[in-house]
Amino acid sequence: MAQADAVPNKANAATDASPGQPSEQPEESNVPSSADKVLEVSDLRKYFPIVRGFFRRQVGEVKAVDDVSFHVNRGETLALVGESGCGKTTTGRCVMRAIEPSGGGVLFRKRDGEEIEITTLSRPDLRAVQQHMGMIFQDPFSSLNPRLTVLEIIGEPFVTRKLIRGRRQLEERVAELLRSVRLDPTYMRRYPHAFSGGQRQRIAIARALALDPDFVVADEPVSALDVSVQAQILSLLKELQTELHLTYLFITHNLSVVEYLSDRVSVMYVGQIVELGRTDAIFERPRHPYTEALLSAVPVVETGKAGRRRERIILEGDVADPSNVPHGCTFHPRCPYVQDVCREEEPQLIDLAGANGSQPHFVRCHFAEELDLQGVRH
Amino acid sequence: MTQAPLLLSVDNLATHFFSQEGILEAVDGVSFDIHAGEALGIAGESGCGKSVTAQSILRIVPKNGKIVTGEISLIQNGETVDLVQLDDRGQEIRQIRGGEIAMVFQEPMAAFSMVYTIGNQITEVIRLHQECSQDEARERAIEMLQRVGMPQPEVTIDAYPFALSGGMRQRAMIAMALSCHPALLIADEPTTAVDVTIQAQVLELMKDLQRDMGMALIVITHDLAVISELCDRVMIMYLGKDVESAPADVIFRDPKHPYTVGLLRSVPELGEGHSQELDPISGSVPSPYRRPTGCPFHTRCPEFIPDVCDVHMPPQIELGAGHRVRCHLYVQD
Repeated sequence: MAQADAVPNKANAATDASPGQPSEQPEESNVPSSADKVLEVSDLRKYFPIVRGFFRRQVGEVKAVDDVSFHVNRGETLALVGESGCGKTTTGRCVMRAIEPSGGGVLFRKRDGEEIEITTLSRPDLRAVQQHMGMIFQDPFSSLNPRLTVLEIIGEPFVTRKLIRGRRQLEERVAELLRSVRLDPTYMRRYPHAFSGGQRQRIAIARALALDPDFVVADEPVSALDVSVQAQILSLLKELQTELHLTYLFITHNLSVVEYLSDRVSVMYVGQIVELGRTDAIFERPRHPYTEALLSAVPVVETGKAGRRRERIILEGDVADPSNVPHGCTFHPRCPYVQDVCREEEPQLIDLAGANGSQPHFVRCHFAEELDLQGVRH
Repeated sequence: MTQAPLLLSVDNLATHFFSQEGILEAVDGVSFDIHAGEALGIAGESGCGKSVTAQSILRIVPKNGKIVTGEISLIQNGETVDLVQLDDRGQEIRQIRGGEIAMVFQEPMAAFSMVYTIGNQITEVIRLHQECSQDEARERAIEMLQRVGMPQPEVTIDAYPFALSGGMRQRAMIAMALSCHPALLIADEPTTAVDVTIQAQVLELMKDLQRDMGMALIVITHDLAVISELCDRVMIMYLGKDVESAPADVIFRDPKHPYTVGLLRSVPELGEGHSQELDPISGSVPSPYRRPTGCPFHTRCPEFIPDVCDVHMPPQIELGAGHRVRCHLYVQD
């Protein structure tokens, strides 16, 4: 891709600061219309107070999620990727309202087109909406209650919501769910301890899918599993997506998994999205120095194939402290391309799509259009 | 390339654990050699015995475990010591631990004591193994911290472990392990607990240190990519057996054992795109208490030969320079 493609279009950038906004419509033909968006998150914020002393005086706040906007199209997988402490899990939980966001909006669109603003719902209404959302957690050893049988674990959503009354009917539905995650239905009377890590994660997936959700938040679903089992779960998630037309918000730190599973990716750094766009485009040519560094940091197996060795960028120092974010661009203390303006002025999330006439590609960097960054080769 | 002198030779090592549920054969007949300055990677899934192998070398196997058979010979200045014969609480092994052979653990928070500064803990190691005064030891500790890239070592030496970030703690632990210039460093999952950008820093550091100090390295990990970055030789373990060992460039280009092939195919590779096919190994690692008969991998093996694999333990077969595999597929008769 030639440098000349990247014609600066600051005019567009100034007005168009967030991806969830309808103002991004010039390339309407490529972008799915808003009816196909399952989730639209706008300016989501979650600040945790830091309190000190006997009177629990607030002395500061941790900006875990700071003005995050994105949308998820129906049937796609959006990956949230970043290092620990970047706010990806908090974002996932705020979207489900498993924790209360401090501000911003989350618009959920049901399969029949009904739009629901999640952040303002009352508790009972929220429960009704959460029926359409599932969640899979990282550690299947702590996310399943050891005192309940598999039947009780997977059947619980039906019982608490009074959706199925008869015992027989419940067992049938649970057996069906177990079969869909490739587990033997005769195991349903066993307790979680009788299963291996991979099998437990399958049970957790069956539970998340119990109420036939449209939208599933998967928070590091394979990180705690053995290498050979990870691949089984990843393949299963991919198969289920096609079978059940699921939409995933996939939270992970593993970039190889992102590439394997996601259609679009949002790279987060210290509570903010620094880059958002199509996974293949970003992996081929990242526009944010942090994305470039993340991609180059992943160790690869040297199989002797040509062109595998890439020059490695080693970032200095650690992820910035979200309670005390650096002035200007949050990434500037570690950025190899840092300029004076980065230390002073906070960059906005701008869309580069206008510049190269393709899919939306948002970047939060002053020099997104000038830098020629290295991705992974295909 | 001239062969460096042999440093450590492990021969037919077997470490078993004795518990109420029965005998757990954590390591069962593992052999390998390490030459001075060489880096060996031990890979495998959880429960394959890679950590217990390291613990056996340092003689820090947990109480209910015991080295049943085998020899671990450490060759230093022409003298050979069989570590298995030493008293695991005696003076000799304590000189070797931290002196000749040092270890870096996965979780740096667990390796450091919370109530002493890292400087305290590093100087303690130095003074245990080397004759020097408190001031000299402190100076060496600062030097070591500087060597591992700790910012402001004169200040951070007086920091408590909890005050440091994950990457810094990992560096401090490497500094402590290297403070007595060991001939062999064992790193057990050195980067599993840290983020990718920190992992890249730590890997780069370990590569530099190994080259500059000429020490041998054993890296224990489940991540084959980490081994590919760091190691000259690779040993793949499965349920306590060394199923395949070979030079790194050979094993990743041309893996022979079905388990090695499966491991390599089951991780998505960065740069291979959205459409890459994963070929996961079916099932999961069996309980070590119910070890399959014959070849331990036969229950999951795509190349399973009935009446052979489930009956006989495959012998170790030499396939070429330093490439050994335990599989019936390569038995010639």
